[in-house]
Amino acid sequence: MEKRVTFNERWLAYLLVAPQMIVTLVFFFWPSGQAVYQSLITEDAFGGNTQFVWFANFSALFHDDAYFASARLTVAFAALVAAIGLAVSLLLAVMADRVIRGATIYKTFLIWPYAVAPAVAAVLWGFMFNPSVGIVVWLLHGIGIDFNYVSNGNQALLLIVLASIWSQISYNFLFFLAGLQSIPKSLIEAAAIDGAGPTRRFWDIVFPLLSPTGFFLLVVNIIYALIGTFGVVASLTQGGPANATGILVWKIYSDGFRGQDLGGSSAQSVILMVVMIVLTFIQFRFIERRVHY
Amino acid sequence: MVENRPFLTWLAHFVMIVGVVIMAFPVWMTFVASTHDQATMLQSPVPLLPGTHLIENYKRILTQGYGTIGATPVTVTLLNSLIMALGVAIGKIIISILAAFAVVYFRFPGRMACFWAIFITLMLPVEVRIVPTYGVVAALGMIDSYPGLIIPLIASATATFLFRQFFLSVPDELAEAARVDGASPMRFFVDILLPMSRTSIAAMFVIQFIYGWNQYLWPLLITTRESFYTSVMTVSRQANVVDNVPSWNLLMAMAMLTMLPPVIVVIFMQRQFVRGLVETEK
Repeated sequence: MEKRVTFNERWLAYLLVAPQMIVTLVFFFWPSGQAVYQSLITEDAFGGNTQFVWFANFSALFHDDAYFASARLTVAFAALVAAIGLAVSLLLAVMADRVIRGATIYKTFLIWPYAVAPAVAAVLWGFMFNPSVGIVVWLLHGIGIDFNYVSNGNQALLLIVLASIWSQISYNFLFFLAGLQSIPKSLIEAAAIDGAGPTRRFWDIVFPLLSPTGFFLLVVNIIYALIGTFGVVASLTQGGPANATGILVWKIYSDGFRGQDLGGSSAQSVILMVVMIVLTFIQFRFIERRVHY
Repeated sequence: MVENRPFLTWLAHFVMIVGVVIMAFPVWMTFVASTHDQATMLQSPVPLLPGTHLIENYKRILTQGYGTIGATPVTVTLLNSLIMALGVAIGKIIISILAAFAVVYFRFPGRMACFWAIFITLMLPVEVRIVPTYGVVAALGMIDSYPGLIIPLIASATATFLFRQFFLSVPDELAEAARVDGASPMRFFVDILLPMSRTSIAAMFVIQFIYGWNQYLWPLLITTRESFYTSVMTVSRQANVVDNVPSWNLLMAMAMLTMLPPVIVVIFMQRQFVRGLVETEK
């Protein structure tokens, strides 16, 4: 889409885009270029000798079992966060769409957790599941389950999945609700007149019409699980115990800042950037279509 | 509703109430913890109802902070968070609206290049290029400063796209009329476009304020002096301090204060919030 009427002052146009372009170049392109450059060199520990090594850092990664373990973990984590998060939010949105009395109050109560930072959400969940004073741990103990996320890797993973989902539900809920409300009521009514019950109507009409929203949210949730959950991992488990929660974005940080392995960390950054670029393109391809829908 | 099915209505209410309780429970427990004394919060099971130490805990945390030695009073971290959130929100809106104005209303060589350069930033959140971004900010001497906290975060494709989308929907006749009347582009921008964009700006402000307030990794990296710590990173940092006996009551009071401002913004500006969230994704 283009404007028919435009102004001619070129110098003014450059002046107007300049702030945005300067910030973008300095804080996005320069560091990203640096990441690519650093992924192709090795530096000795004192920062003296740099050597151009082509793809040695990448091939080291591809021969590193720890990296594959982290990648597999990330895939499982993203799948859990996206699948459970979307299912729960869809259920809540369908029910919220149904209620009339009290709808605003329910909605407000489901929306505000969006305002809680994932890192803070993680602290709240860490408190509820604290091995010595956590209320949920106490309840679980009452029914014979020992829950200790500090020492048990699977339970730690479960906990970061729960905290991550909790942080993302509001967002999913809002989009599902907006999607539901944009479905023409006449369609539903017509189906009802033809004798289709609520369940049938949901699976045959509502669900297919909601699938564009669902697909969009799937991509957003995967991106969130890959990137946005950094704060959850950092405040709750720091990748532990024994790397049971060391997802890729955490590994970039800990290898780079704690391990001082700049080449390896940068190579991981570059790989994750490529993944992000692919995901964003998928998302935008789809949105293009949704606009013409 | 299409037909009257009392069972389904009850089911809907039941599911909503369960959902609301699960969503609110962690925050309720946090609030309860922030109203008891330290000893109570060290015995399991912890109480489920508020205690009597609310004022004491909050006063302590606001004036002295968490911990015994070298603690940062929460008033300082809250102020830093506020400066950062406002800086990010306002900065983003200003540079994005100007860039969107240029891209939509002018034809100049390199216009599409600018557009794509801004678009690509969508794909490169700070988390995926942590180490080099830190290097750049360190090289520019922006560690431990407000500009260092704010400026690297204000380039935003989402805000630029939102304003671009809005400008594209503004009727061409308005720009035409302005030109016929001899108004300069900036005059047109200030007198016509800006007032029309009020609701978009408000929606953007809410979203970006929350984004800025809730930043975690960035302040963690570039602040080394406590006088620049923000609230979110301090809560998380203190939760990981396992030196002595944890003061859950104080930590949770700190968490409550950290959550409060963005939650208030979401609840009281709900309409702008929902609009902002939905529109930035178009």
